[in-house]
Parts: sequence; structure tokens; C-alpha cells
Amino acid sequence: MSTYIPHTEDEISVMLSDLCCKSLDDLYAAVPSEILLEEGFDLPMGISEADVVKRIRELAAANSYGGYAGTGIDHSLVCFAGGGAYDHYVPPVVSSLASRSEFVTSYTPYQSEVSQGVLQALFEYQTMVSRLSGLPIANASLYDGASSLYEAVNMAISYTGRHDVWISCGVNPRWRSVLETLVSGRDIRVHPIKLRGASTDWDAVLSSPDLSPPAAIVVAYPNYFGALENDMERVKGLAVNLGALLIVAFDPISIGMLPTPGHYGADIAVAEGQSLGIGLSFGGPYLGLLSCREEYMRIIPGRVIGESVDGNAKRAYTMTLRTREQDIRRERATSNVCTNQTLMAITATIYLSWLGPAGLKEVSRRCYSGAHYLQGLLCAIDGVEPLYDEPFFNELVLRLPISSEALLTRLADDGFIGGIALDDEYVQECISSSQDMSITSDSGHPTGANLLIAVTEKRTIQEIESYASSFEKAIR
Amino acid sequence: MTDRPSASVYGTYGGSAASTPLMGGSEEPLIFSLSSPGRRAFQLPSTGVPDLAPDDNNVELPALPEVSERDLVGHYTRLTHRQYSVDLGFYPLGSCTMKYNPKAFDEVAEMPLLKDVHPLISAQFSQGWMEIMWTLDRALCAITGMSAFTLQPPAGAAGELTGLLVAGAYHRSLGEHRTVVLVPESAHGTNPASATLAGYRTVTVATDSDGCVDMASLESSLSEDVAAIMLTNPNTIGIFEKDVVEICRLLHEAGALAYYDGANLNAIMGITTPGKMGFDIVHLNTHKTFATPHGGGGPGAGPVGVRAGLEQYLPGPRPVLNEDGTCQWKMPDHSIGRVHSYNGNAMVLIRAFAYILSNGSDGLKKVSQTALLNANWLLKALSGTYEVPYGSSCMHEFVLSASTFKRRYGVKAQDIAKMLLDRGFHPPTVSFPLVVDEALMIEPTETESLQTLQAFTSAMVEIASEIEATKGASAKAAPERTPVGRIDEAQAARHPIVTAVPRT
Repeated sequence: MSTYIPHTEDEISVMLSDLCCKSLDDLYAAVPSEILLEEGFDLPMGISEADVVKRIRELAAANSYGGYAGTGIDHSLVCFAGGGAYDHYVPPVVSSLASRSEFVTSYTPYQSEVSQGVLQALFEYQTMVSRLSGLPIANASLYDGASSLYEAVNMAISYTGRHDVWISCGVNPRWRSVLETLVSGRDIRVHPIKLRGASTDWDAVLSSPDLSPPAAIVVAYPNYFGALENDMERVKGLAVNLGALLIVAFDPISIGMLPTPGHYGADIAVAEGQSLGIGLSFGGPYLGLLSCREEYMRIIPGRVIGESVDGNAKRAYTMTLRTREQDIRRERATSNVCTNQTLMAITATIYLSWLGPAGLKEVSRRCYSGAHYLQGLLCAIDGVEPLYDEPFFNELVLRLPISSEALLTRLADDGFIGGIALDDEYVQECISSSQDMSITSDSGHPTGANLLIAVTEKRTIQEIESYASSFEKAIR
Repeated sequence: MTDRPSASVYGTYGGSAASTPLMGGSEEPLIFSLSSPGRRAFQLPSTGVPDLAPDDNNVELPALPEVSERDLVGHYTRLTHRQYSVDLGFYPLGSCTMKYNPKAFDEVAEMPLLKDVHPLISAQFSQGWMEIMWTLDRALCAITGMSAFTLQPPAGAAGELTGLLVAGAYHRSLGEHRTVVLVPESAHGTNPASATLAGYRTVTVATDSDGCVDMASLESSLSEDVAAIMLTNPNTIGIFEKDVVEICRLLHEAGALAYYDGANLNAIMGITTPGKMGFDIVHLNTHKTFATPHGGGGPGAGPVGVRAGLEQYLPGPRPVLNEDGTCQWKMPDHSIGRVHSYNGNAMVLIRAFAYILSNGSDGLKKVSQTALLNANWLLKALSGTYEVPYGSSCMHEFVLSASTFKRRYGVKAQDIAKMLLDRGFHPPTVSFPLVVDEALMIEPTETESLQTLQAFTSAMVEIASEIEATKGASAKAAPERTPVGRIDEAQAARHPIVTAVPRT
């Protein structure tokens, strides 16, 4: 059993006698006897922490590819998968600082006077998110990209009083699923807008007469397929004409090369912050970035840190605009966020400070270069071709002459997570067919032959070339 | 003071952060002010990949800091010196369960074969993770008396919304459209906020003179429109809802579900379960009950469990165990859908898993028993000095009221909180629950020693005497020994400054 309880038997006796109790059971006098657990619960007895670590290490071993299990090789496959979660380099200084116990073991900074560490770090975080996105204000984090999208949509609904949302099929499909689930209890309609090529087909939606004007239109840049949409310069005008808020989902790492959501006229920008110094972590905890124009200050969700002064006019930070929040506004609150992802926000802040503008540019260019170098190698293989013609950042979709599942299995044999298989049904839901780019079965490709591949600054030329040759071998 | 417990003969006092004066009285500049153009900390691994990016794309780079690694380390280390934490001292925030976070589980969270795993890797290569999640699911079922869990919700509030959407799916399957969620006066603010976001109207149920749900108020609120009640038990006053079985029965009789807010689960492990009480849906906060670190306000994890018959509505996909011992992802038949992009806050869940393995059935029961022992001891120790609005005993937490001090001297609960800061303690939760005037909500948790409770008692008694002696004057001056003094929150809200002024 664990020993995290400090009490000696002696102390327990004295404390019980102070309370005029005979045993610990007396403390539960208020619990009706008919609901007491007679035999405790069906769990094993406790074990020492060393045994726990050993047991979990054994379980974790099953996470590596079978060829590694039992060989003592303690690493994962080389990762070419993205889809919203990327294998970027995390420098030791980030992990070291972010794991300091003052950051790790504190709570929401309700008592500002002894929470200036977390508060100031979050204020710096808000500033960096604002600068990355090109929008003036930001909140102190949400759970992940999907929750930022959901909260941004709620902001738009609350601001416009409308109930429809137009969302580009270029937005991460898992984010869209989360959004659809979380709004499903209310009278809110989410309309997916198909892509033509890899760019949102706004003309198609504008010509469909039966749609109500939306609260928001949502577009991703780069989008889920890695593409840089053609029509970004136009999308703001569209939102203005419709009286809708423009929500842009972006990749913070791409800002070393690409214009910001603010440049494209976004009212709200949302992003997954996992790329900013946070490990793949089997999907969480990640980090939801949300920033917006100043006019939405009073409807921004979650915690917001503000600068103020103490009684001696000394600069100090505190949670602010608290009257928006659930603990005060209760059923009239527009968000239920209480716990956010402070530690991940602090991690991202430290990472971005380590990176600086020059580092951001360098990482961005390396991601771009690796992906384009790989594309050159793969598209030279007979039967492999890009799914779309638009430019891309660090992720791309290829059409294959074999099924992507079969290819992934072969690549795994050679030590790679080869990418993410996109099934035809999904691709057809997202992309309108056209004469020049058919994804129907008569295109000569087998079913399920779309692969989403990502490259980060971590991938060496040897890894990329060796991946490409495995790829070629598997297809031949 | 005559009724104060006698145990003070044992040991020396402890648990306060005597290092408060070291927490840094001088200002720490923003990281942006440490910046010098061209200075850099980053160095990237060499890859040999040729630079294929367009030469100049005219993109203006964001004004991120340009600092050395040494300055970076200095800055954030100094910030940590301006931050209170559980590792530093007693942190009795009521309803937040700020217990000690075992260090061994940091090691677990650093295992490469857990933390470097891509969330979309095929099940073949993530069997370890899936077995861990399945085993955790089973353990949470045992602890709560539920039948199946989703581990996707990333925090308690996200769990609440998930649970209410499950309730909605259940009622829709019966062809019903119910519109009301009942919430007691003493509930956390997230409950009504989640109810609104799930599409329900909130009806508030009154609190009776014992601090429990007022049964007359409950019965008059019941109708065929009611979808669920959201109940925390023990409630936020620290009192076990004596009529809980009857409450759940009445809800069921009306065709509604009973939702258990697991914020206070730390009080009842191994003693009873939400299932025994009659609840249908439960959310847990791993960062409370299962000692996963709070991280300055997150990340948390908010698994949601349901009783048999509701599994098919849970979010998915969920990992389930096959007969051959392998695990697979399975979408429940009538799932409400995804509530997380991937598999929930896995690296938080793994710590909860480690904590549950480590404590086991015997240890978890001991955790709850000791949490009650500490809370009751502290309640008795303080009850001669501070007003106790409800009851003479409690579960894992209790609420004091500063209303007498307010009436006599204008001293509020928040003032007492600030006086505690000067004595090296993190204060309790203040001004909540709303049913108590000037509430001080105290949850010592099981990991604090008797000596710490004694030291805290002394500080609280001393504060009460000081308020009397100075007729409240000293309360308004506090805190004086913290990195900054009391902050002008009204000004911060009137003219919000939420990002640093751009560099010129």
C-alpha cells in the first residue's frame, strides 16, 4: 500500500479520541447503512510505487511495434503521421522548466498575491498567442484545438444570435466531430462546406438558396490535407457580406512562413498548440489556442489574465473579467470552462521563448523543406500522385496504387509510422469530384488508397530517404 | 478555546511556507523585456535536408522574445519563486482536493513508450495504451459502481457536458424531449453552465436548514420535463446528502436520471459508491481524487461513467478487451460521438492509473477515511473560533462563515484569506458555496499531517484574535509578506490589459 498518508497509528487514535470517535467508521455516521459497501470494492490491494512503475513499464512495452517488443529497444517508430498531432523536437530546457513543481502542483490562481508565477507566465502566453495569430487578445488556454473551435463557435453564436455555422471540410475531421457532438443538445446547425481540389468551394455554398446566414464561417489554413487554400484573400469579404464571424484554424508553427489569421481578417483564431513543445502523449493533454478581436473581449471563454497594480502601484497580474465565468454567471455563462490547460500553456510559452522569431522561421522552413523533399521522392514512384494541386506546408495527401492500410503495415515492418490512412468515403465527403481530379473507382486507384503524410524538423534526410525507399519497395 | 482538541502535544508544527519572504518581493520583468535582437536560445538537430522553402515570402515574423537559454532559465525559475504550490505547503482549497502528488508517477509520465506515442497509430502498435485505458475503465467502475466509462473528457466540466448529452440521448431513445436540469443551490457553477450548453433550462433546488437538498423544494420541481438532477455528494458544504437514496428514487420515478458530480469523491472511496446511492451517470476529476497534479489550473481529466443500460450512448471510440486478450477500439452503438479529438488527456490518466494501482482497494479506503479524519479534526479545532453554519461534523471538507466578523468589523472571508497568506498558508476557497455568507470552504485532504493541521489552526486562531484586537484594521492591510500586495481587481476588469504592449 502507498505511504502518502503521514499519520501514525498513535496520531490516528489521538485524533479519533479528540473527536469522541471509537473508530474511523464512526466518521461515516452520516452515510445511510443500506448503501455502505459491505466488502469494499473489487480492486486488487495496493502495491509499492516501484512495483507500479515496473507494471506500467511492462504494459507500455506493448506500445512499440511487435518487432521491438522484448528486444529492449526503448523507442517508438519513426513518425511520419500528423493529422493534427506532430512529432516536433522538444528541447530539454522546456521540459526541465515546465516540470518545476511550483508550476506543476499549484491550482488555478485564485489567490493572485501568491500566484504571480503562473499568472505572469500566462500573461506572456496570451501575448505570444496574440502575436502568433495577429489578433489583439487571447485567453489563457483551452483543452485543445477542438475545444477552441467549439468555444469560438459558441462566441459567434452568442454574438450574432444566429444558429447556423458553415465549416470548411478542410477543418480537422475530429475537431468537426467534437463540435457536432458538443452542440448537439442545442438548436445549432453545422453545415460542412466541401472542397474543390483542396480549397473550400465557397461558390457552391453561396449558390444554395436554402441556407440561413451563419453565425460563423470556419476555415483552416493550412487545412487538414496540408493544403494552403487558394481563396484565403477572399474569405473575409465573404464573412462580412454574410454578417458572420470569420474563424480561422491555423498551425502556430506555420507562422514562421505563412501569413497570420489576423492578416486574413479573422475575427477569431483557433489552433492546436501541441506543436509548441508538447509531446505526442497519445493525444493529450494538448493545448487549445484562442485569440480574437478586441470587440469580443467580454464573451471570450475561459480564464483571462489581466495586468493591474497592487496597493503600492506595483505591477501585478490577476484573473480578470471574472463575471463572464461559470462560477459567477452560472446558467447564464456562455462557457463552462473551469480547469483549462495552464501547464501546457506555460510549456508553450517557454518553448516559444526558446525558439524566438528566428527559430520559428527555421522550424517552419525545415518542416516545409522535409515535406517537399519527401514529396519529390514519392511522386517519382510509378502510380503515386498528389491528391491536389494546391501548395502545401508540411503535410500532404498522396493517391496510391495499393491500399494505404497495406502500405502502412509494410512501412511499420521497416520501423515507420507511415502516415494516416484516409478512407475514400471520407475523402468523397470532403472533396467534390471534378473532371480533372477524380477519386472514383474508375481512376485506376484501389479503394482506400489515400495517405496523409507529415514531416517535421526532426526528420533527417536518412529517415526521409529510407522511408521513401520502403515506400517504393512496398508498392512494387 | 476550551473545546479545542488536545493533540497538540505531538510533534512540532509544520506545513506552512516559511519561505514566503523568499518568494521574491521585486518585480520580474516580462520575458519580452529581456529580449535583445538577434539573441537566440534555439538549436535544432541537424538533418541534412536541403532548404527548399521559398527565399523571401515577405512574412513578418511575430515579436517573440529573443533571449539566451540562460536568461530563459533564470526568468522562469524566478517566476516559480513567486508561486505557491502543494509541494511548498498546505493548500486547503475546498472542493479542489489539493493533495500531495506522488513523485514516482512523474517517472511514469516520462516513459517514452507512453509519451511519444502518436494518437492515431493503429491499434496494433498501441496495445499497451489500450490495455491501460481498459484496466483504468474497469477500476473506475469498481470505485464508482458504474458499468462503463469514457476517458475522453479532458476536464470535469467537459465531463458534465458529456454526461448530460448522454442523458439527452437516453431520453430521445424513449421518444422523450425533456428540457429541465435540477441543480441544488450549493452546486458548482459548472453544473448550471454545462446544463445550458447541453440545451437544458436550469431549475435551482433550495437547501434545507441541514445544508442538504430541500425535499419539498425538490418534489415541487419534479415534472415530466425534468431530464436529470446534478448532485455533488458529499455536497459542497461537506455534508452527506442524507436523502440521497430517496432523491434518486424520486428522479427515477419521474423518468429522470441522477447525475453524480464527482468533485467530492475523495470522501467516500471504499465506503459507498455513486452506484449504491442510485446515480446513473458520474463524472470524476482525476486531478482531485487521484492525485494528478493540477498544473496551475490544468490539465485535468474528467472520465464519465454510466450504469448498465446507458453504455451504448457513451462517446467513442472506447478501448475494449477482446476474448483473446487484445484490445480494440469500439464505437458504442448509439454513441453521442466524439468529445475529444483523440483519446482524452492520456498522460493525465496514466498518473491516475498509477495512483489507483499504488493505493489499491485498501489504500483508497484509507485515503477517504483519513480525509474525513483530518477534516473533522480541523472543523472541531476551528469551531470555537469561527462560525459553523451547518452541522457539527462533516465529511472531507467543511464550510466556516466570516459573517460575524463582517458584521462587527467589516472583515470579509477574502480578508481572512489574505491574512493567511501572510502566515505562509494558501487560503481555503472563499465566497463559495453561495448558500453561506462569507464562506471559507476548507478541505485539508488526507496527505497533510496532524502537525500541519495544528499549525493552520494556530494561524486561524491568531487571525481571529488579531481581527478583534485591531477591530479589523489589520485585515485590510493584508497581505504584506507576499511578492505583491492586494491587487486592484476592479481596475483590471474595467480597463482590461490582457497582452503586453508591443515593443516600439
